[in-house]
Amino acid sequence: MNSKNSLIQIKGLRDGLLISLGEGEWDRLETLLFEQIDERLSFFSGARLALDVGSQVLRVVNMTGLRDRLSDRTISLWAVVSDEPKTVQTAQLLGLATRISKQRPQEVARPKAAKRVESEDAVLWVERTLRSGTRIEHKGHVVVLGDVNPGAEVVAAGNILVWGRLRGSVHAGADAGGQQASKNTDAFICALTMTPTRLQIASEIENRAGEKTSQKAVKISLKNGEFHSEIWDAK
Amino acid sequence: MSAKIVTITSGKGGVGKTTAIASLGIALASRGQKVVCIDGDIGLRNLDVIMGLENRIVYDIVDIVEGRCRLRQAMIRDKRLPGLFLIPAAQTRDKMAVSPSDMMRLGDELREEVDWVLIDSPAGIERGFKNAIAPADRVLVLTNPEISAVRDADRVIGILEAEEKGSPSLILNRVNHEMVKKQEMLSPDDVLDLLAIDLIGIVPEDKSVLIAANQGSPIALDKESRAGQAFRNIAGRLIGEDVPYMDLEEQGGLWKRISKLTGRS
Repeated sequence: MNSKNSLIQIKGLRDGLLISLGEGEWDRLETLLFEQIDERLSFFSGARLALDVGSQVLRVVNMTGLRDRLSDRTISLWAVVSDEPKTVQTAQLLGLATRISKQRPQEVARPKAAKRVESEDAVLWVERTLRSGTRIEHKGHVVVLGDVNPGAEVVAAGNILVWGRLRGSVHAGADAGGQQASKNTDAFICALTMTPTRLQIASEIENRAGEKTSQKAVKISLKNGEFHSEIWDAK
Repeated sequence: MSAKIVTITSGKGGVGKTTAIASLGIALASRGQKVVCIDGDIGLRNLDVIMGLENRIVYDIVDIVEGRCRLRQAMIRDKRLPGLFLIPAAQTRDKMAVSPSDMMRLGDELREEVDWVLIDSPAGIERGFKNAIAPADRVLVLTNPEISAVRDADRVIGILEAEEKGSPSLILNRVNHEMVKKQEMLSPDDVLDLLAIDLIGIVPEDKSVLIAANQGSPIALDKESRAGQAFRNIAGRLIGEDVPYMDLEEQGGLWKRISKLTGRS
C-alpha cells in the first residue's frame, strides 16, 4: 500500500481531481491506477480527471486506451500533464489540455506572464494541418507547417506563423493563465493565406468575417492598439 | 478468406452513410463478392429498413457480443443477392452495450467468413463511432457539399489521424451540379481543397435514392440511376479497379477537373 501511495498521488482541484503518477513501467502504473480507482469507484465516478504522468512517454494508443477505460467508469480525462514533449504532443493531438491552470484562467490567480518569450527553444513546431476540433496551446511561439482549418484553435504566448492557409481561430500574445488581459501586444500573426474565423492579439479581438482575402502572405500586428496588416516578406 | 473491413463515417448525421453502406454492399455482392453489412447504430437502427430486411431480424449484434447466438445466426441473408448479409443493430439497447474490443473480435471472426465487412457508423464522435472504426482496415469519410457537413468531416478526419487509423478516403455525396454552377453549393474542388484527403467517389444528387430507400430497395439495384452508378463505381475502386469518373454530358468540365485532381483519367 505504501509503494502504491508513493506511485499514485491523488489531489483535489477546484472542480476535479489531479492524479500524479511516479516513475515506473507504464503498464504497471496503469494497473495500479485502475486498482485504486476500482477500490473507490463511487468516489471517482463522474469526476473530471487531470493526470500528471511525469516524464512518461505515452503514445496515442496508450492515451486513447486510458481515456476509454476511464470513460467506462464515467471518469472524464480532460488534461494530461507531462514534461515529456512527445507525451504533450500526443495529448494535444487528442484534444486534451496539457496545462492545468490555463484551462480556467478566471479561477487561477497567477503572476502576470513574462512580457516576452525569452527562451530560444520556446517554439512549438507543428508539421501537419490542424483540423477542426484541434487546439494547440503553447507558452512560446507556434509555427504551423500546414493549414489551420475552420474549427481549429491556436493559442500562443508569442507569435503565430502559419506556413499555409489560416482559416481557423488564432490568439497570439496570449497570457499564460493570468486573470489580467494579456500584455504581449508586440506579438504578431503571419499566414500565407489569411482568412481566420477569429483573430486575437493580446486582448484585442478582430472579427474578420467578410473581409476580402489577399492572395499574398500577410503579417498582422498591433500598432497603438489597432490592427495593422502588411504584406509578409522577409526583411 | 480474409475480409477487408471498411467503415463509413461522417461526423454529421443525415448525410447518407446508411444509404451508402447498403448501396456499396449490393454493388459488391452483385459482383460475386461475399459481403456482410453491420449496422453500428445501436439504439437507432436503420440499415435493416433501407435494405428491406427489417421483418427478418431475430438476433442482432448485441446478441452476438453477449453470446446469446452464434455469429451465423445473426447474419441475415438478402433475398435478392445470395452473397449479401446484414448484422442488424439492437434497437432496445444503447451504444455502451458494445465496446471497441468487442467490435475487433467480431471483425476478426468475420474475416474468415466473407470478402468484405462494411460497417455503418452512427453520427457523432462518441462511443458508437469509436466502436465502428475500431476494427476498420480502411475508413471512408462521407460528406455533403455543405459547410457544416464538411466541418464535421474535417473533425472526424483529425480524430482518425490522431488514432493512427491512416488517411481515410472521401465520398462526396449529393452533389448538385446545377447549384455548384450557380455557386450556390460548395464545389468538389472546394471540399477537397479543405479536407485534403484522397477522393474515392462523387455521388450526384438523385431523387430516386430516396424513393428507392423508402421501398427498401437500395439505389445500387437501379441500373438507371446515376447515384446507383456512382456507388457501383466506388465499389469497383474499393476492389482496386481503376474506374474512370462518370463522364456525364452536362458535367463534363467538372469531372475532368476531378479526374485531374485525383490523377485518374
